[in-house]
Amino acid sequence: MSANGSPPRAIPRDSFASRLIEAVAGLADRPMAWIQHAVGGRGMAYVFLAPNILFFGLFVFLPIGINMAMSLTGGTNLFLSERPFVGGDHYRALMQCGSYLDPASCREDHFWKGVSNTLKFTLFQMVAMVGTALVTALVLNRKIRGRGFFRAVYFFPVLLSPVVVALIWKWILQRDGLLNGAITLAGGEKILFFVEPGWAMFWAVFVSVWAHMGFYTLILLAGLQAIPADLYEAAEMDGTKPMRVLTRITLPLLWPNLVVVLVLVLIKAVQTFDEVFVLTGGGPGTATLMVVQYIYETAFANQVQNFGLAAAASMLLGSLLFALTMLQLWIARRKAA
Amino acid sequence: MNRRHWLAGALVAVALASSPVQAQTTLRMTWYSDGNEGEVMRDLLNRFEAGNPGIKVVLDTVPFKAINENLPVQLAAGQGPDMARIVDFGGLAKFALDLRPHLANAPNWEQNFGPFLEWMREPGNTTAIPGYMTQLTVTGPLVNKTLFEQAGVAIPGPKATWDDWAKAAKAVADKVKAPYPVAFDRSGHRFFGLAVSQGAKMIGADGLPTPSDEGFRRAAQLIVDWHKSGVMSKELWGSVSGTAYRGANEEFKNAQVPFYLSGSWQIAQFDKTVGNAFDWIAAPTPCGPANCSGMPGGAGVIGIKATKHPAEVAKVMDFLASEPILSEFYARTLFVPGHIGIAKKGVAYRGASAQAAAALKVFGDAVGALDPAAYRIQGNAYSRIVFNAAISRIGQAVAGEITIDDAIKRIDADVAQQVAERNKK
Repeated sequence: MSANGSPPRAIPRDSFASRLIEAVAGLADRPMAWIQHAVGGRGMAYVFLAPNILFFGLFVFLPIGINMAMSLTGGTNLFLSERPFVGGDHYRALMQCGSYLDPASCREDHFWKGVSNTLKFTLFQMVAMVGTALVTALVLNRKIRGRGFFRAVYFFPVLLSPVVVALIWKWILQRDGLLNGAITLAGGEKILFFVEPGWAMFWAVFVSVWAHMGFYTLILLAGLQAIPADLYEAAEMDGTKPMRVLTRITLPLLWPNLVVVLVLVLIKAVQTFDEVFVLTGGGPGTATLMVVQYIYETAFANQVQNFGLAAAASMLLGSLLFALTMLQLWIARRKAA
Repeated sequence: MNRRHWLAGALVAVALASSPVQAQTTLRMTWYSDGNEGEVMRDLLNRFEAGNPGIKVVLDTVPFKAINENLPVQLAAGQGPDMARIVDFGGLAKFALDLRPHLANAPNWEQNFGPFLEWMREPGNTTAIPGYMTQLTVTGPLVNKTLFEQAGVAIPGPKATWDDWAKAAKAVADKVKAPYPVAFDRSGHRFFGLAVSQGAKMIGADGLPTPSDEGFRRAAQLIVDWHKSGVMSKELWGSVSGTAYRGANEEFKNAQVPFYLSGSWQIAQFDKTVGNAFDWIAAPTPCGPANCSGMPGGAGVIGIKATKHPAEVAKVMDFLASEPILSEFYARTLFVPGHIGIAKKGVAYRGASAQAAAALKVFGDAVGALDPAAYRIQGNAYSRIVFNAAISRIGQAVAGEITIDDAIKRIDADVAQQVAERNKK
């Protein structure tokens, strides 16, 4: 149906446009028929999948393979052919710890500090992100005045580049920033947010939630709008309390969307780098040093660019991410079953 | 198309193919700027191009961070420029082109850049001429004279110690409510500006770095103690992690810093940006138990080994490093000369205010007071490994995460690991 309710106009069969479309589509007929003849009807599925597989192979699996090979070599040369094979040395260096719960006891203490900070960040960020996105989606799903405006406002930060987001907040939070200006106007003392480890982690999480919440709200909002209205009407007729409606109707039916949001938030949180790096620089000390920043610094910022060690660290990070995602999907499937 | 048209077309093609535009060699120079030196260099290159129509030089200006982080990767991949302005001479020595076979007057280069060429050569190489110095830098304090006057605190004299300066700057900051009594750039090079005066040597008999000597430890302890006592603010050294550089330029320009340990390269910038807002001076490096020496340093332009046009690169370098051109470059950029002949004759700095000229004089004098250990540290191929390890770990000690003892153990381990990695063949 078109916007005014009338059915869309079909292209007249003998028109120029129609003939052009037929001619263009017809160009593929012969080659496709030939391919189908060669591979058979069943094989056609793989033919259609091939471009995507090629794309993934080239830009995802091949780099993973190169990264794996890089992690088994040493030295500072860039090309694999010029790098000496060192076996599992980098992995051994990364795993050499007195206690995995105490990064200071590890040979690569910054790696483990990064792992510890990333886990903390992920935990706080997931709870805050999913909670805030859910509440916002529930509110924006109600018939409130200015609903369209608020939906746009919450989504707007998603459009900004992470570096821009971090710079904006850095200006707000620095010694002479807007927030400290407001605090001193109210008679308070300036707070050095980037010097106190607790504050630095708090703002790293806060800024991340502020910047990305709109996207997850949108996913949840789509899920909420897909829940049939008659379920709510039936519940209302039965006099069901709002909290019970939320826990017995809304959340169970929203579960598939929540799983998507949880997986995406988890992956994004573990990969966090740009926002936190620009906002806090990993400091104070190493209080907000994330594991991706460790990888970046080891490979590029240190005087000796240790690509092998960085590649080994990223392989470990990738494995951790894979395991966490599988675990989460397994839990979600069990719950759905 | 008749025969006459074909003939005309062929003539045009031959004319185009043999025109100067077709024969031009384009060279790329990767550059960074602290002040106006990019504009000055472009102006000089325009002059070179006018005299050498067969060579065009494209100046690719990048942030300083890219010089240290991206350029090495580019060079390792064989994708770099033909020339580059760099500061990490030792780290990039293996990518440098030996200009000697292509230079018009190699002995002249040796005579004027001799001590600095050693910084640019690979260990064991005693003959290569990889490039020239765009500036010699010296670390040293920049002092906000107006803040001292407002606070009624006397500026310490020429032989004042670090302790004298720390006390004076703290007294000033307390009176005028300046948030940063003493500010150091978060840089290993600046840290060694303090450490050398405390007796740090950094290099063992075998030429390998031995960072944690007594002088180094004393300097690290001072930095940590100053943060604890409020002489230094954690916002520079304690607020970021790893090897991140943080300068206090903005804070100094905003009159929030009575005493700023930075260096000679800031003069042109402050002369322009501070203007008449307040009076500032350069002071001699404070004295420690060992000496009153800061750290030398500098930036230079090197030719890149992977260039396809070594002769043209040498021609450009010969022009840029010639005495009249380089003298003009130093005069217009307010840089301390890294050319022995020009340094001896002196530079008539152009457009410098009285306070900038006075500051240049102080830094020029400081060059003569540099301790030999400072030159050795700067020229060591591994110095930047130590610089980076130092700021990363001392930064953690400043933030209160680890003790000085732990920081020094970690610095030793980090340096050993990186030296081993660099030497893996």
